[in-house]
Amino acid sequence: MGLFYESVLCYHVRSESGGIMRIEKHPILEFKQREKIYFTFDGKEVFGYAGDTIASALDALGVKVVSRSPIHDRARGFYCAIGNCGSCHMVVNGVPNVKTCITRLEPGMNVNTQKGKGQIR
Amino acid sequence: MKEIDLMIIGGGPAGLSAAKVALEAGLKVMIVDRNMSLGGQLIKQTHKFFGSEKQYAKTRGFDIAKRLIDKLAVHKDNLEICLETTAVGLYKDYVVTTLQGETYTKYRSKSIIIATGASEKVLAFENNDLPGVYGAGAVQTLMNLYGVIPGKKALMVGSGNIGLIVSYQMMQAGIEVLAIVEAAPKIGGYKVHAAKIRRLGVPIHTSTTVKRAVGKDQVEAVVTVELDEKWKEIPGTEKTYETDIVCISVGLSPLHQLLSMAEIEMRYIPELGGLVPIVDEFNETSMEKVFVCGDVIGVEEASSAMVEGSLAGLIAAKRLGKEHPEHEARLDDYLKQLSDLRNGPFGIKTRVGLKKLRGVGDAR
Repeated sequence: MGLFYESVLCYHVRSESGGIMRIEKHPILEFKQREKIYFTFDGKEVFGYAGDTIASALDALGVKVVSRSPIHDRARGFYCAIGNCGSCHMVVNGVPNVKTCITRLEPGMNVNTQKGKGQIR
Repeated sequence: MKEIDLMIIGGGPAGLSAAKVALEAGLKVMIVDRNMSLGGQLIKQTHKFFGSEKQYAKTRGFDIAKRLIDKLAVHKDNLEICLETTAVGLYKDYVVTTLQGETYTKYRSKSIIIATGASEKVLAFENNDLPGVYGAGAVQTLMNLYGVIPGKKALMVGSGNIGLIVSYQMMQAGIEVLAIVEAAPKIGGYKVHAAKIRRLGVPIHTSTTVKRAVGKDQVEAVVTVELDEKWKEIPGTEKTYETDIVCISVGLSPLHQLLSMAEIEMRYIPELGGLVPIVDEFNETSMEKVFVCGDVIGVEEASSAMVEGSLAGLIAAKRLGKEHPEHEARLDDYLKQLSDLRNGPFGIKTRVGLKKLRGVGDAR
């Protein structure tokens, strides 16, 4: 990207500790230290922060695949992040097809990769 | 069933502006929005707006959202705000059903303003479903709202204003933008945005598109290809970029689903982004007292969405017998602002689209 880029946008530091991808410094925005929210993803205890959606917390953890397609078992990530496209469906607390990109992350949530269409109990 | 005066579906720039004017006129208003906060897509927009002072020029998008929300505070006795609530049904008898968590609620509203906005289009190419292929707006949401960076390197597909602005904002967040590709022979967005990107060393390749994404369970690389004047791929011009983000910024489509559900008359107008309701000059649809404003009636910018919202609030109040004290003056002002905003070369699509939608000189 070259020196010019560095000199103009020198504030930007990225935290990559533990594969967590969060902005630490930004020329315009301030991301304050927020409370950690612990939840379970595919059986593992992980955490995001207060104010996260399920999808944003997972993306920050480097989780890209949120479901597998019904017929060809293809990996699915989210596309729009604002509740339009339905590509972010996951199984949350046993309920399938939850739009994780607009669902607030809450402590103790049990989030699972969705396989196919999901089953309504 | 709960009875209300005015239900506004969507709390973005259009919906908030509509609420303000309707509240000033004395209506009881409910805003339904599925997101965690009001403001729509303004809340992730860190850039300063263009336009005139009336549409908050020189103010950053998220600050505009704050101002629009703050202005509603004085009317809080007449305003109900339902967040994390999705309007899932609109029916001919003015019934709206909403879903909040697992609770369905039914409302009957005398007037309804639909300000649902638009959704990002997708682009057909091999492996376009791989995780790592995001709408440009999605990356903007992740970065600017949640402080999350979805990858290290990005290729932007599309050079409209969203593509250009999000490219710049990715750099601000520390993502390396490898290039912007644009299928058309020229850059779609404002020159001032494009120049900013180029000054930072990011090339913008016109007459070039994405051919395929490469990767197993997520994007590892992307292949682009040049196009001839007939938009056909030129063999041998493929270029591979190693990247973990492919941003798609190829336009938006109005979120028409609720309107279609109520069997409101619709028409497909490519210049407006897709299927839009047929409206009169004040954006009233074929269903009486149901109005539209913002991107749902044609994809434009937040500036015009706010003016359209104010107009919808004004007309809804009048149609419910509570005319705004400054009705005539406001009406002239809003219509003039809209015509000014659409006057330039970038307003041509909207001008042509609205002409197609309404017919020349004919309201409906």
